Amino acid sequence: MAPRIGVVVFPGSNCEHDVVSALDQAGARAELVWHGATDLSGFDGVVVPGGFAHGDYLRPGAIARFSPVMAAVGELARSGRPVLGICNGFQVLTEAGLLPGALQKNRGLRFICDTVEVEVVSSRSVLTRDVAPGTVLRLPINHFEGNYTCDDETLTRLVAEDRVVLRYVDNPNGSTGDIAGVCNEAGNVVGLMPHPERATEELLGSADGLPVLTSFVAASAASAAVTA
Amino acid sequence: MPDPTQSNEPLHRALGLTDEERDRIEEILGRPPNDLETSLYSVMWSEHCSYKSSRIHLGRLPTEGPHVLVGPGENAGVIDAGDGIAVAIRIESHNHPSAIEPTQGAATGVGGILRDIFTMGARPIAVMDPLFFGPPDDARQRWLIEGVVAGISGYGNSVGVPTVGGELTFDECYAQNPLVNVLCLGVLPVERLVLGRATGSGNLAVLLGSSTGRDGIGGVSVLASAGFDGGGAPDEDKRPSVQVGDPYEEKRLIEACLDLLDAGLVVGIQDLGGAGLVCATSETAARGGMGMDVDVSAVPRREPGMVPAEVMTSESQERMLAIVRPDDLDAVLDVCRRWEVRAAVVGTVTDPTGEEPGHLVVRESAGGPVVGDVPAASLSDDAPRYRRPLARPADLDRRLADDPARLPAPPDCGADLLALLCDPSWVYRQYDHQLFRNTVEGPGGDAALLRLAGPGLPPSRRGLALATDSDPRRCALDPRGGTAAVVAEAALNVACVGARPAAVVNCLNFGNPEHPEVMWQLSEAIDGMAEACLALGIPVVGGNVSLYNESGGRDIDPTPVVGMLGLVDVLERRPPGVGLAEGGTVIVLTVPGAPAPSLAASRWAVELHDHRDGTPTPVDLDGHRRMVELVGDLVARGVGGGEPLLSGVHDVSGGGLGVALAEMAVRSGVGLQVSGVAGHAELFGENPSVVVACTAHPDEVAALAGAAGIEARVLGRAGGERIVVEGLVDVTVAEATAAWRDRLPSHLDDLSVAPD
Repeated sequence: MAPRIGVVVFPGSNCEHDVVSALDQAGARAELVWHGATDLSGFDGVVVPGGFAHGDYLRPGAIARFSPVMAAVGELARSGRPVLGICNGFQVLTEAGLLPGALQKNRGLRFICDTVEVEVVSSRSVLTRDVAPGTVLRLPINHFEGNYTCDDETLTRLVAEDRVVLRYVDNPNGSTGDIAGVCNEAGNVVGLMPHPERATEELLGSADGLPVLTSFVAASAASAAVTA
Repeated sequence: MPDPTQSNEPLHRALGLTDEERDRIEEILGRPPNDLETSLYSVMWSEHCSYKSSRIHLGRLPTEGPHVLVGPGENAGVIDAGDGIAVAIRIESHNHPSAIEPTQGAATGVGGILRDIFTMGARPIAVMDPLFFGPPDDARQRWLIEGVVAGISGYGNSVGVPTVGGELTFDECYAQNPLVNVLCLGVLPVERLVLGRATGSGNLAVLLGSSTGRDGIGGVSVLASAGFDGGGAPDEDKRPSVQVGDPYEEKRLIEACLDLLDAGLVVGIQDLGGAGLVCATSETAARGGMGMDVDVSAVPRREPGMVPAEVMTSESQERMLAIVRPDDLDAVLDVCRRWEVRAAVVGTVTDPTGEEPGHLVVRESAGGPVVGDVPAASLSDDAPRYRRPLARPADLDRRLADDPARLPAPPDCGADLLALLCDPSWVYRQYDHQLFRNTVEGPGGDAALLRLAGPGLPPSRRGLALATDSDPRRCALDPRGGTAAVVAEAALNVACVGARPAAVVNCLNFGNPEHPEVMWQLSEAIDGMAEACLALGIPVVGGNVSLYNESGGRDIDPTPVVGMLGLVDVLERRPPGVGLAEGGTVIVLTVPGAPAPSLAASRWAVELHDHRDGTPTPVDLDGHRRMVELVGDLVARGVGGGEPLLSGVHDVSGGGLGVALAEMAVRSGVGLQVSGVAGHAELFGENPSVVVACTAHPDEVAALAGAAGIEARVLGRAGGERIVVEGLVDVTVAEATAAWRDRLPSHLDDLSVAPD
């Protein structure tokens, strides 16, 4: 049965409808979840979508981490179910301490909207478990604060533990280690700056987002089977 | 803005009203207006709000069509796109604010146009920005460009509406008076369409969104309806008349308003833009044939000590006025609470008394004494209309006679070609152009192509095409023919992505209407637009007029900007786009009997030789209509899911055939070898109604062209790593790509952004 995936909506989110529609295309039953929700136990997975949660006031994700839903997202993550943060969602997950590192302003100090190549580095994560390492995907990016940064120790550990999920082929924003996406130790919480939901059919210029979203949906279905 | 208390000048003059206009107010009221009432009339009768110089001419535009649901005069034009879906579209200028404070000026331009669209019940799904600056080799221009682009990017991206295209024009005439036009398109289920009307006596006027401050007071009058004095930094003292935008407030306002409309909780709704609360209350009341009783003390303020005139005319951003039945008020407040949107009841809809029209009544406390009382409709309907004098410029004949054909032929056409290439992606890479998963063809091509889809819409296989165009240099020489050519080019642009032109919106950017030459240009431009729209069968569904674009007494070139909406019946495959395919045949499509290409008003003559004169080739509207239909059909076949006939297509515009061919090469990385181009005039001349196509089916394309009454001539073949026009040009695709790609960054990257 298609897994039930929640897509969190903060005031200021703007990719929530896109993510719902792409997840449905990838075989899920996706639905919007308001940021005031405190119980996500009925969901097999959750996505924190892109946008400007709470206007990105102070800095991206800094206020969103205090929204009531984030405690429930944390519980879901600890229960081993898949959690995905896309773009602003990635920023929120780092601010919430669910993923290491931080996203700072792009090198060059300009917003970048483009389609770039990223390489799948690890199949350890729920986002890439069905995609072979070395696969190069063409995915849209759309951010001002997409420059991934972390201390050297964290970087060493991320690499050693195979937690760098995606790398830019040609680094557009100055990210440390060309990192476009990382996961937690268990591999069930993933954040990435590119937008796979914007690349699900050739009509839009690329269908390369579909394999990773399908992988995430399959992981959610598997977690549903485990908890059932 | 001038402080009226510090001057001996009468208040009405300080606020921009003439003595005659002030007398007219006294006549309407039957008594002298008080200071508050004078303020209300001064903003509502400003050029910006009242169109007092242009209105008598605008009536000549064709506005009807079977698919037009709402024509000009409302907040946005609306057409029926089929499948139960309507499309709302509008274009506006934010020129004067952007000249003074580029980032906030441009940002609030985006915010304002979005409100015009969701006021109609539509969700905004696309923005386009035609921008005009002085040449970028100057520090102040770079500051303006950086600021405007940052303002559009910062606001548009954050509010969550993709910017899918625009235009970028550099010319000396915009150095002191840049133009920032913003077009917005929205979609809605047909049944959600609402109009800005206040009906039902006793219904409540609820102000939604931001608190009200002193920002933007007099924006429409002292700022937008007067020229700049000139000098290095124009009119710094007008900066307080520029508003400040907050995209996060706007985003919540959009979602709250669309929820209110979906739930059927509002009777009418209107945005607060230019002229603020007085405009929203008087216009909704007048349209509904009612009056309105407003209590300014109920308006949430962001600063103390504001007098009623300030509250009524403030242009604080991100505010809407909803007309609500009293029984629905609690439900309205619940929706607003969810979206963290402030809501306050500030007025009540009132009946007209007897034969009298409805009045706008202003009080300083609930049920307190009346501090202002004017007939609501008089603020808009009784605004003066001027038949200003027109005069053809005295030097025009001399200019028309000085043709650039007399310029010497370039020693190296290849070098000139490289000098004319410019990739605008430095600008649009800063705009989110992909949100909503609708963008099939984004910025950089002839037109944007979008799926007709959005949250809450019925499913559809249709598509929307959108293009903006202008040609100020041609319009300076021939405003009538130039404007017709702009409409024609915009129609051809949407045809290049497989669409049928369906509606026009226009933004008429002109100089000082008190100059008879400017009024002549405006009148001619409107006639040219009417002729082209009639000949091509496209209604005008909305527009905006921006006058007083002058600085130091110098008017800008007449700059009518056209936004063209096109419809695609079936959108299943990407259009061929601006490109070439290895081994394809390169064909040029022209109207039979067209004159030889003219260099008059061409980018080659103006940008490389500073020669602005000559007689441009007029557009043959009948032939052009056949061209638009042919190209639309050729492209639509593939877009609709059939076997694609073309592998690349591009209309010939700025820079002529040479630039069109080079752009196709650099955008695809495929070279070409063509012959039969007689000389530099044919290479760089800019005749209307010319299209280049690349195809693997040349015989079929030629047959279809012949049947459509269009001439198809084989120019050569695509392929290889060089761009070769026999006898004229031989450059590598790599060097052309570098010239094209590096032009803007060479001016705009890694430089100080502060003006001196």
